[in-house]
Amino acid sequence: MVNLIAQTPCGDMLPREAGGLTLTEVVIARMWSVAPLKGQQKAVATALGIVLPKPNRTTSGAEMHALWGGPGVFYVRAPALPDLTGKAAVTDQSDAWAVVSVSGPVVVDVLARLVPVDLRQSTFKTGHTARTLVGHMTASVTRTGPDTIEIMVMRSMAGTLVHELTRAATLFAGR
Amino acid sequence: MRIADKGHIDRSRPVTFCFDGQSYQGFAGDTLASALLANGVNLIGRSFKYHRPRGVLTAGSEEPNALVTVGDDPNLRATTLEIYNGLDARSQNAWPSLKRDVMAVNDLISPFLGAGFYYKTFMWPKAFWETVYEPIIRRAAGLGALTGKANADDYEKAFAFCDVLVIGAGPAGLMAALTAAQAGADVILADENPTTGGRLLSEDEVIDGQPASDWAAEVTAKLTAMKNVRIMTRTTVTGAYDQGTYGALERVGQHMPPRADTPRECFWRIAAKHSILCAGALERPIAFPNNDRPGIMMASAVRSYLNRYGVAPGQSVAVFGNNDDAHRTARDLEAAGVNVTAVIDTRSNVDYDGNARSYSAGRIVATTGRHALESITIEHAGGTRTIRTDCLAMSGGWNPTVHLTCHMNGRPQWSENISSFVPTPDAVPGMVVAGACNGSFTTTACLTEGASVASALLGAEPAQVPDGDDTPYDITPFWAVEGKGRKWLDFQNDVHVKDIKLAAQENFRSVEHMKRYTTQGMATDQGKSSNVAALAILADATGRGIPETGTTTFRPPYVPVSIAAMGAGAQGHGFAPKRLTTSHAASVARNAPMIEAGLWYRPSYFPQPNEATWLDSCNREVAMVRNAVGVCDVTTLGKIDVQGPDAAAFLDFAYANTFSTLKVGKVRYGLMLREDGHVMDDGTTARLSETQFVMTTTTAAAGNVMKHLEFVRQALRPDLDVQVISVTEQWAQFAVAGPKSRDLLNTLLETPIDNETLPYMGCAEAVIGGIAGRIFRISFSGEHAYEVAVPARYGASLFNILNAQAEAMGGGPYGMEALNVLRIEKGFITHAEIHGRTTAFDIGMDRMIIRKKDCIGQTAAARPGLIDESREQLVGLMSVDPAEKLSGGGHIFEDGAEAISANDQGYVTSVCWSPSLNGHIGLGFLTGGRARHGEVVKMVDHVRGVTTRCTVCDPVMFDSEGGRLRG
Repeated sequence: MVNLIAQTPCGDMLPREAGGLTLTEVVIARMWSVAPLKGQQKAVATALGIVLPKPNRTTSGAEMHALWGGPGVFYVRAPALPDLTGKAAVTDQSDAWAVVSVSGPVVVDVLARLVPVDLRQSTFKTGHTARTLVGHMTASVTRTGPDTIEIMVMRSMAGTLVHELTRAATLFAGR
Repeated sequence: MRIADKGHIDRSRPVTFCFDGQSYQGFAGDTLASALLANGVNLIGRSFKYHRPRGVLTAGSEEPNALVTVGDDPNLRATTLEIYNGLDARSQNAWPSLKRDVMAVNDLISPFLGAGFYYKTFMWPKAFWETVYEPIIRRAAGLGALTGKANADDYEKAFAFCDVLVIGAGPAGLMAALTAAQAGADVILADENPTTGGRLLSEDEVIDGQPASDWAAEVTAKLTAMKNVRIMTRTTVTGAYDQGTYGALERVGQHMPPRADTPRECFWRIAAKHSILCAGALERPIAFPNNDRPGIMMASAVRSYLNRYGVAPGQSVAVFGNNDDAHRTARDLEAAGVNVTAVIDTRSNVDYDGNARSYSAGRIVATTGRHALESITIEHAGGTRTIRTDCLAMSGGWNPTVHLTCHMNGRPQWSENISSFVPTPDAVPGMVVAGACNGSFTTTACLTEGASVASALLGAEPAQVPDGDDTPYDITPFWAVEGKGRKWLDFQNDVHVKDIKLAAQENFRSVEHMKRYTTQGMATDQGKSSNVAALAILADATGRGIPETGTTTFRPPYVPVSIAAMGAGAQGHGFAPKRLTTSHAASVARNAPMIEAGLWYRPSYFPQPNEATWLDSCNREVAMVRNAVGVCDVTTLGKIDVQGPDAAAFLDFAYANTFSTLKVGKVRYGLMLREDGHVMDDGTTARLSETQFVMTTTTAAAGNVMKHLEFVRQALRPDLDVQVISVTEQWAQFAVAGPKSRDLLNTLLETPIDNETLPYMGCAEAVIGGIAGRIFRISFSGEHAYEVAVPARYGASLFNILNAQAEAMGGGPYGMEALNVLRIEKGFITHAEIHGRTTAFDIGMDRMIIRKKDCIGQTAAARPGLIDESREQLVGLMSVDPAEKLSGGGHIFEDGAEAISANDQGYVTSVCWSPSLNGHIGLGFLTGGRARHGEVVKMVDHVRGVTTRCTVCDPVMFDSEGGRLRG
């Protein structure tokens, strides 16, 4: 039997340090997009056992994490999903995204070079999320801690993401 | 000449720098202008048109004259350029040297070079303008030049957010920022100087009993200590835009030696709920004969050099003005022990109260000195007198810096009080104005207004206002001295009073027309010093008042912004993200040259050691697919998951053909139309269950189709219960094509397939190495072929396994070149054919538009003009002589017809050498082409000079029965 070997989107590019920031790949085991069908939002929440996040927010359950991903779409990370047949469009997204955790005291300053939305702690608190840009890439940006922001971009753009973050951090440190 | 004990420079830190190859010394805190003046260097540049010698006019970013080049950066203002050890600045627009500039001959013939000269002189012959006249003129005139090289320096772009943006950190700005900060607002205080304080750094005055500059430093320290305040020095706010967004340029590394990984500049976009404009005011010159000699400068600039930099710009200084502020310059100079030769006031009965001789109702009617001012001639109440002086400080009054308030179409209002324009309230939503920028010229007024405006804005307590200077500002407007000689207005563009009058005389009476006719107010300084005086002259010449004459349009940016800063990070590969497939590394390891397909990088071909050209590799890869098996990464094709109870109805609406009748486990080719009836995209869509489909799109249109489907779903058919999401990145997908494709796959699949379990246009779940994937029996090559998809994490691994198996069977990977040949041989279209102007009818697929249902583009596609038999229709083309090439973009003519546009019958969209058919073939569009199979036509490519006779045929040139597909 053939043996398929899994590779993560960022591979050996990460982890790395750049300009006082630590870039770490967040390896996604399983993630699905869950888009409730008409009138099914409550049923979906009940079946999942968590509160579905409002726009620009995330919610968490015991082993489940839900991220608002745009109008009517949630990205749910969990070991498995209950059967949502007839309730939601569920699509496997486990391999579609490169996810990088950016951490360090200057994280907001560095991301201000790439992300056009207000990421200051006072307005973008832990658990807040935004669909926005990172440089020229469409992205999902989420604050996961006081000094940590998680960025998701299309898997194929992993190299560009790492490059852009490294460059922005290096130039910021070079001031 | 330095003055002891004056200025805010750091005398303990000497700095050595170069100007035009000569080494000089200055101090930390000096600008290039102050350091050169301290060294007695007055001549700094040559003017734009007449190459007249010019020195420093101002001490700020409005400087028109003293422009220099540093490294590759032209037109840097010596008045804002901070010196550092090793700075090497060069003068501009002079050859062979600044002192002996050959083009100064232009000045001698200046009577012939007045406003409108080019327009009148170089009208005929018409073709000469672009080819002869303009290049000559451009070489003779100009400022700094670009190197023509790519910029090697680093630049940044950044975003910032705040409640209150305070623009300018002078007395008004400091008080506004303090008030807002004490109210708890998030404040950004931006100032273009390296230190805060604004005019307070340049004046010798007292606030709350201490030197004003010390007070500014104290407030700044207080602000710095507050967490909600961000002070951005060396940052010029350059523009006001919609919804409280402001552009700003920060000089990050320009004031120090170039250093790797330090940006030169940063272009900021600042989003602010409110802004308080405290941009101050700019002093304006007076027009008098030869008022442009080096050594003649603004009175306020003389005070700046004296009080801020400890430099006397001359041995003896005369002062010329129409307002009280000018007297201050004389007082400060005398207090510092500098010889003041005369104080000339244009007003009658106004006397200077210091030691220097005072001339009331005075005019300067002449000046001498080529490279530096030597003397001035004064006409005054008591007669005419010439005095020797090497510096003249002039002041025609102050113009509030209204620029930003006009960036959203606002126009300033004329104020008789100060004889200048003041901002119109609420001209920029969210912006209020305070201080000198608002026409309030005393220090006390600035301090008070800064606090009160911020207080009103936020409904907060104003910060405590200190005691400051309250000497009133009195002015009697005076624009130009009457009499002979050129009286310069716009120093940067060499526009003088007569040019403006000439414009008016020739009926360019509108201020905007006058500007274009004379070039008044153009180039790097945008007429900051000269515009108001110029339009006052125009008002006079046209017999109108100044308010009726109006101003030209103030546009961003307020100061020049380098393109490198605005485009920071986007140079070279930074222009666009790179999308790499999971097989990228393996393809590169096989030496495949990569080609860009949108943002994706795809292998062009896989060279073997014995192959000399790409065509050798391509031919081998085509033969490999036709005879054995080939592997190609097709991940880049868009994949869209369509789910929901109404998924089928949704596809019926989005596609021209029907999908509701497609059985689960089957795949169908789909054609998508735009609303206007033209073809948008094509691809295959598989039905995975009653309520789930997976659509594929072309690589090029994947994003557009996704956007289109979202629009259809949200805006056109909100009644349908359906969801769409991209799965392009989720699945790594590979085409396995060729007679041995199934044999290859059966070595990997846990459940082998055959014609029964997976017939042509079938799809199924496939398990490879325990991993659940998908398999589709579809073909873009015309061969028995499959596409197999696995979750992307396994993509690299599967690509290697597929290739190893293929190579063992006489096959291997194939690239875009072979893929293209295979599809042209089969007449399969790409966006070369569905390029946006072709219809389903044109490509022979109009019967796919199913009338039994509605779909996007159906009605529009049925318009008579779009189904006319004489339209250009898709055909195949084969060269009559197999040695003759077809040419993409070539046009088609009847065999005997002359190759001119009147005889044009179509064009060629795709060409290749077909190893399978052993000839040059192509696809193209030909008038009434479907009825012309067998006809010999002539293809002419005028660009490449190729003429080839070719036979029109069916687009499907290889295996037209399709037997190979069904295997």
